[in-house]
Amino acid sequence: MINLLSYPFIQNAFLAGTCIAIVAAVTGYFLLLRGLTFAGHALPNIGFAGAAGAVLLGLDPLLGLLAFTIGAAIGIGLLGRNLRERDLAIGILMTFALALGLLFLSLYSGYAERVYSILFGTILGISRLDVLLSFGISLLILGSILLLFRPLLFSSFDPEIAEARGVPVRLLAVVFLMLVALAIAIAVQIVGALLVFTLLVGPAATAGRLALRPGAVILLAIVLGLLYTWLGILLAILSGTIPVSFFIAFLSFIVYLPARLIAPRWQRRQQQPGSRPVASEGLSQQASAR
Amino acid sequence: MSSTQYDQRPGLAPQAPSSRGRESQEMIPGPVIELERVSVCLGGRSILQEVSFSISPGEFIAVLGPNGAGKSTLLKVLLGLVRPSAGSVRLFGQAPRRGNQLIGYAPQHRTLEGALSLRARDLVGFGLDGHRWGPGWFVSGGRRRQATIEEALAEVDARQLADMPVAHLSGGEQQRLLIAQALLSQPRLLLLDEPLSNLDISHEQEIIALIARLCRTRGMTVLLVSHDVNPLLPVIDRVLYLARGHAAIGKPEQVITSATLSALYGAPVEVVEALGRLFVVGVDI
Repeated sequence: MINLLSYPFIQNAFLAGTCIAIVAAVTGYFLLLRGLTFAGHALPNIGFAGAAGAVLLGLDPLLGLLAFTIGAAIGIGLLGRNLRERDLAIGILMTFALALGLLFLSLYSGYAERVYSILFGTILGISRLDVLLSFGISLLILGSILLLFRPLLFSSFDPEIAEARGVPVRLLAVVFLMLVALAIAIAVQIVGALLVFTLLVGPAATAGRLALRPGAVILLAIVLGLLYTWLGILLAILSGTIPVSFFIAFLSFIVYLPARLIAPRWQRRQQQPGSRPVASEGLSQQASAR
Repeated sequence: MSSTQYDQRPGLAPQAPSSRGRESQEMIPGPVIELERVSVCLGGRSILQEVSFSISPGEFIAVLGPNGAGKSTLLKVLLGLVRPSAGSVRLFGQAPRRGNQLIGYAPQHRTLEGALSLRARDLVGFGLDGHRWGPGWFVSGGRRRQATIEEALAEVDARQLADMPVAHLSGGEQQRLLIAQALLSQPRLLLLDEPLSNLDISHEQEIIALIARLCRTRGMTVLLVSHDVNPLLPVIDRVLYLARGHAAIGKPEQVITSATLSALYGAPVEVVEALGRLFVVGVDI
């Protein structure tokens, strides 16, 4: 174990994985709150198209990733609050981006491994420079979220009152999605476009089932994200051939499942007696008013 | 045909409500709300047309009218969220603006997203510092902040709910939390949009008594949007009735009459008393 950690490529994997696990858990929590999980699925796929385009043009895939995810984030942020319409628009945008990605791939005649690594990640093949970049961008994202924390939380739970209280709700929505886009861009490098969603939404979804207050949910999500990532890297190294992202997704799933099944009972026990929701609310009033 | 119905309680004493609010009238001279020939268009549709009225400090006003009459829009105008296409709006002598600390607001009941991981005290706390930048409470979530929140909860008789997940609370309990949240900025004007919908009769009475008490003890002006004036008659000072973009304001017994409502609707409307209640009956109300 200690021997393994002396290899630079394993150190790099752990360092970058740590950055990404923390950032993904925090942004994923707000994605869940804002009902934007579908955007969390769509953005990496849109980013994939950008990366494929950059590869085609002979540029760094990261540039294409950033351009596409940030562009899409601004668009989604401006779509507004109507959930059903928004998800429809995101879906159409995503499939268009995937089609573009397909086009770029078919035009690209080079070595397919670069594209493969965008889809599935190369956490065990990243450089020290990648680690530093992940670290820098992670700091930027976490710092921004810390600065925006209270209005972001308020407007995630209750945009209507937040807006009346003077919170710039629209602007926050766009800025937040740009931060998500940044997080996705660095995460795709490492866990791949197809499995970013696991780190983004998995820990926050499980934590939201177990903890009762926002601060606790975020902390628990970070702990779970780190656990999945570290264990995932370790298991992948020990197994030799099975990729890291498989283990991360697998761990995320097997922890979510029992949390999902147990949580309702556990949370009901937290309730004090005598404050059940009233089942027949409004019936008598409706009868007299109409 | 549809009808809106109001009942009048026999014990209604018309002079009782007007005897209060004196103290606050001295503190803030002039009307709290003043609208002059205000028109509002939304998406090319005219919602309010040349509406004028003024409301004094400490008044408890019921805002009534059929669906789509512009009741919620009126509140949004006061909050600075909707800009009128014509006319002047003054609040405490100033133009409306977003984030006005003098106004407390509780919108129509909706299910809060992801509310399962939010406790009552977290929800109420948004009213204290939810609009401020920075991480706030997880850095300085100190005892004083919690004490302030618990005070607000106590004021709406909901202190025992402090640590409950919001999603597990009933409509009436959630309504209390929204009112507590609105009180935390120490507002002089409370805007409540349909706080009585989704409540059964006993909870309805409790919420009305609570709002009336806050109005009186704090000398706070209250605008309460409701589809039903019945339960409010004992506590309100005046009603603001909106229909077809027009408004009528006055004491309930002045406004809820066949003559006034017919003029407002522009169609024959009959106010009928039956079974000790007043029914408003008309075509296309």
